[in-house]
Amino acid sequence: MSKTIYDKILESHLVEEQSDGTILLYIDRHLVHEVTSPQAFEGLRMTNRKVKSPLSTLAVADHNVPTTDRSKGIADKESAIQVETLSKNCKEFGVNFFGLNDKRQGIVHVIGPEQGFTQPGMTIVCGDSHTSTHGAFGALAFGIGTSEVEHVLATQTLIQTKAKNFRINVNGKLPLGVTAKDVILTIIGKIGTAGGTGYVIEYAGDVFRNFSMEERMTVCNMSIEAGARAGLIAPDQKTFDYIKGRPMAPKADKWEQAVNYWKTLFTDKDAKFDREIHLNANEIEPTVTWGTSPQDISSINGNVPDPTVEKNEDKKKSIIRSLNYMGLEPNTPIKDIKIDKVFIGSCTNGRIEDLREVVKIVKGKKVNKNVEAIVVPGSGLVKLQAEQEGIDIILKEAGFEWREPGCSMCLGMNPDQLKPQERCASTSNRNFEGRQGRGGRTHLVSPVMAAAAAIEGKFVDIRKII
Amino acid sequence: MEKFSKIKAIAADLQIMNVDTDMIIPKQFLKTIKRTGLGSALFYEMRYDQKGNLIKDFVLNNDPFNKAKILISGKNFGCGSSREHAPWALLDFGIRCIIAPSFADIFYNNCFKNGILPIILDENKVKELSEIAKQKKEIEIDLVDQKILKGDNQPFDFEIESFKKECLLNGYDDIALTLKKESKINNFEQKRKNITPWLY
Repeated sequence: MSKTIYDKILESHLVEEQSDGTILLYIDRHLVHEVTSPQAFEGLRMTNRKVKSPLSTLAVADHNVPTTDRSKGIADKESAIQVETLSKNCKEFGVNFFGLNDKRQGIVHVIGPEQGFTQPGMTIVCGDSHTSTHGAFGALAFGIGTSEVEHVLATQTLIQTKAKNFRINVNGKLPLGVTAKDVILTIIGKIGTAGGTGYVIEYAGDVFRNFSMEERMTVCNMSIEAGARAGLIAPDQKTFDYIKGRPMAPKADKWEQAVNYWKTLFTDKDAKFDREIHLNANEIEPTVTWGTSPQDISSINGNVPDPTVEKNEDKKKSIIRSLNYMGLEPNTPIKDIKIDKVFIGSCTNGRIEDLREVVKIVKGKKVNKNVEAIVVPGSGLVKLQAEQEGIDIILKEAGFEWREPGCSMCLGMNPDQLKPQERCASTSNRNFEGRQGRGGRTHLVSPVMAAAAAIEGKFVDIRKII
Repeated sequence: MEKFSKIKAIAADLQIMNVDTDMIIPKQFLKTIKRTGLGSALFYEMRYDQKGNLIKDFVLNNDPFNKAKILISGKNFGCGSSREHAPWALLDFGIRCIIAPSFADIFYNNCFKNGILPIILDENKVKELSEIAKQKKEIEIDLVDQKILKGDNQPFDFEIESFKKECLLNGYDDIALTLKKESKINNFEQKRKNITPWLY
């Protein structure tokens, strides 16, 4: 029978399947961070259980870490305790841990691929919803809660039910200046934040084939914003080239063996999908969110919606609530929205290629006098690479702050937060109420759109600049 | 985990679509290393003003809804972050059952690990329950028979996966259940080592 790539990965990890459809899924790799793991390790201690496969587990602190000078440690007491707890837990249970002063430290979804920890055909989990990022490698990767983190630590398995298959095809040629971020925001706008609930999404078509691995990661990263726990892209030569030579990649004769296996990971020609949609790449535009849900998207040339023309009562209420929170008037042109802050970073857009694109826009220019802009590299290695290329110099000359790696203002668990009513052009993934700080107003955009907004002080059509 | 079989309680109505887990429990409360004590921070930004005073017109701040054990809400409840602090906060507040037209996957799963029953129901039925909730009438949830009783002769039926139902009814520790299958897992792992040796 023809199978999808999801079916293939799932079947190769089935320890057991019960008659009611409950499955016991074997987990190859487990990423751990400081926020969603302390209670899981505590659970193991209370029940006298061990970590079953410490070598399959990799831990790093990212959510709480300061992005300013770290030489004096973490000022916030609770954050410091949480990071210290992770370090102690890893020591006690024998888990590999990248400490705060390790140059490999960074956002968990940046360092997995960077280290070659992430590979095709794997099942990968982490107590973080953006684990879907790793699907870019043709892995089945999804976020879990803390109880499930404990379950994986103790058993290297998870109790699951099968998801349905959803294929999203994007074909054609993306206009200049339109990025992976615009593609995924457009998809979320089309299917809604619950559109992928119960599904694993496969992204197919020439747009994703032509994307680099980092662009694919941006797309898969936000699968969860479309409601899908996992999104994936079949691996190809680009995938193999990206992994080859990385510290945790297969070595010597095992490399060939691995690649041969990875080449079997594609969706069979006649495989059935429970849902399928097609998008035309030529029609995708630079995208900005106006509301408090990632599905609230507009083209840069669009306007803030008018709730009075919405017929569905629930939707109307929801638009009114969002506009009220966002401090926006109906029908305002997106291009007229002025911003106070710019955040470039996160597991969505904090990689080296994102930073390279940003400096192309800001080189020789100055950040608008009304704007504070920060750039937070996704990992210590991204930071190092950027500094080798002189990216930090260009950014600093333009007036951006150049920070230490971490999740930073994507969720503001560290001091990087918006103040009430501050408006931010952000390359992160969520524009929820309060996400970047209580009362803060988030507009999700691509790195180049954020960079251009930093210079102009408001949103601009990137296509007119490049 | 506390067992769940039947509850009869006041329900609080929160008719918002896409209630995300940042809304249920904001970031500043994720710094804890415990599971308990998060109830006072539930829906923090909707419940308290910037000075920390209770916001009077928020449903959970008012009697009898401050004692609600059932929460009725809109589509796609629990979307966003995987933080299990969301169900922990709900549970700590006293919520044992959430009824909505749909739930986000990760949140839905997290509920079952904490003795909370999430019920998916047609939108019009959710609306009917929300009216009953507003009238401060009690609603009864019977997990054994999979019924929602609302004081008339027309209870609503609801669906739930049998394994999840068993776990809730018995308060099972699913790690203990899985560890009973340890030899099966080890056999699988051995087999996998032969097929994909580069992973080990």
